Amino acid sequence: MSFFAGIDIGSSYTKICLIDEKKKIIAEDIVSSGISFEKTSKKILRRVFKKINGNFKINDIKVFVSTGVGRYNFPFKKITKTEISCLVKGMTYYFSGKGTIIDIGAEDVKMVQINEEGEEVDFKMNRKCAAGTGAFIEEISRKLRMPLKKLNNLAEQAKKSIEINSFCTVFAGTEIIHLIREGKDIKEIARGVFESFVNRILSMVKVEGKLFLAGGAVAHNPFLLKVFEEKTGITPLVPPNPQTLVAFGAALFALENKKKIDV
Amino acid sequence: MERYYKEIYEASQSDKEKVAWCSSVGPAEILIAAGFKVYYPENHGALIGAKKLATKYIIKANSIGYSPDICSYLTSDIGAYLMNETPLKDAYNVPSIPRPDVLVYNTNQCREVQDWFKFYGNEFKIPVVGIFSPWKIKDLKKEHVEFVSNQFKNLVKELEKITQRKFDYDYFKEVINLSRECSLLWKRFLETAQNRPSPITFFDGTIHMAPAVCLRGLKEAVDYYKLLNSEVEERIKRKEGAIDNEKIRFYWEGMPIWGRLRFLSEVFEKNNSNVVASTYCNSWVFEDLSPEEPFESMAECYLKIFINRSEEVKERILVEEIQKYKCDAIIFHDAKTCPHNTNSRFGMPERLREKYGIKTLIIYGDLNDLRCFSDEQTKTLIESFPERT
Repeated sequence: MSFFAGIDIGSSYTKICLIDEKKKIIAEDIVSSGISFEKTSKKILRRVFKKINGNFKINDIKVFVSTGVGRYNFPFKKITKTEISCLVKGMTYYFSGKGTIIDIGAEDVKMVQINEEGEEVDFKMNRKCAAGTGAFIEEISRKLRMPLKKLNNLAEQAKKSIEINSFCTVFAGTEIIHLIREGKDIKEIARGVFESFVNRILSMVKVEGKLFLAGGAVAHNPFLLKVFEEKTGITPLVPPNPQTLVAFGAALFALENKKKIDV
Repeated sequence: MERYYKEIYEASQSDKEKVAWCSSVGPAEILIAAGFKVYYPENHGALIGAKKLATKYIIKANSIGYSPDICSYLTSDIGAYLMNETPLKDAYNVPSIPRPDVLVYNTNQCREVQDWFKFYGNEFKIPVVGIFSPWKIKDLKKEHVEFVSNQFKNLVKELEKITQRKFDYDYFKEVINLSRECSLLWKRFLETAQNRPSPITFFDGTIHMAPAVCLRGLKEAVDYYKLLNSEVEERIKRKEGAIDNEKIRFYWEGMPIWGRLRFLSEVFEKNNSNVVASTYCNSWVFEDLSPEEPFESMAECYLKIFINRSEEVKERILVEEIQKYKCDAIIFHDAKTCPHNTNSRFGMPERLREKYGIKTLIIYGDLNDLRCFSDEQTKTLIESFPERT
């Protein structure tokens, strides 16, 4: 049996996905990226091998494709691809049709327009600013000392929302503390956080066709889907593995490249 | 360039010679003909950026009320002045920037040069003369040219008061001729990028443009470009590209990111991509200068520059340029502190894509303030392009 691996070394989390020749996912894992991408890569490999069985070794993997900001830091023989190509590859495995893919990572948001054939026709990223990225919600959750799950639950219960600025993550946090002091409803504040977040993303991209969502922020904040739907009038399509989708796309590239490289 | 900076510095120390500071697309030919040594603060700003000193100086200017949101050439240059430092010292062994006798700017390239020059006018207690250019010109009209050429003629009178000397019209015509020759040679250099593979890159252009900016109107610039062109033409004969395996050709729109020239050129090269041409380097081509009508032709040339044109004209020029250089895509540099020379903020990339099918990329950064630029994001953006083509 041959295996193919995609590893997505992101700024906050490293994700791995192993597939077989039939594109079946054998194992996946997610660990914090930490301060050494090299050490993290080894750690995630150890973990994922253990998940499969104790005898699994690196040589059992025919091809590695590494992606994400740390793609060049992966310490084993690999092919590198940008996370944009891997994202499109992974998403078009699950869905077809013209549309806009929005991948919300910890520190960036990628917006890719694809045509009917699933080809990338345009691509945008956020400015060097955390607003509209996962860091925004994480920062607010830290400021409120409230786990993401609870923030989601509160937002879901709110009937209306309080508008919160979407331009500066740090000051949005300060604004929220001010609103709490004023005695505003925490549920409405929580909903305002997600609306502000989605508004920021939608100000960066015109959604055309279908709306496909992925990324850690989508995986951990299910309420975002509802807000996206309310704001765009389009029901978002989300793959089963939104946080590891890019790693899965990388694994698909690994499978495609099995004959092209000498391993 | 070393000799140029040394000569200006020496002139600033002598009683016999006068120094003028001029905005980079300002009326340099008139200043040279009036007998001034001409210094360009924007070139100094670019040098600060390229030496990665800008952030150190920008915060100093911020602290006296010059916002981090305004031109980072301005803030880094003023910050360096406040700290009594200059990269000219290390680069050319020139102890300081030259003290000016007059400051002359033209608003054709941006509006913030006037505030920049006014700062120094107050510091040095010297005259500041502004040339005000009609902005966003669609069709260049006679009235536009007259409006600016009259200001040029008035400038001559102001300069005569400072030099206490009659303006030499014969020398002026000679300077105009030299400036035109420099422009034609510089244009020839830039146009060599039409070859496939291109013998030059945009990044080469940002370095080799220094004489077109600082020495136009002087024989040295003409000599420089003659030599440069002969070298580049040899490369073309040998079919030698600036990068080894040119597969993708980009057009660059907007300011260079001075502190990341090497980084960017290497990222492009690694991805078999070459940025072959730009609106930026092309801004110092004044081929219609004419000694027969020196003031009018200068006015026309300086009004016609890309940055001073309407959105419609800019759109047309970009489409023509992309075709001329056979580019696969255009990169817009959205420079945080340079709205005047950022052309991606009024729907231009979207129009180029939708109307003409041109592929576009937007890089967020800044000319000097590297806090606005992300290496990783930009690298991913550039690397993703060959993957999708």
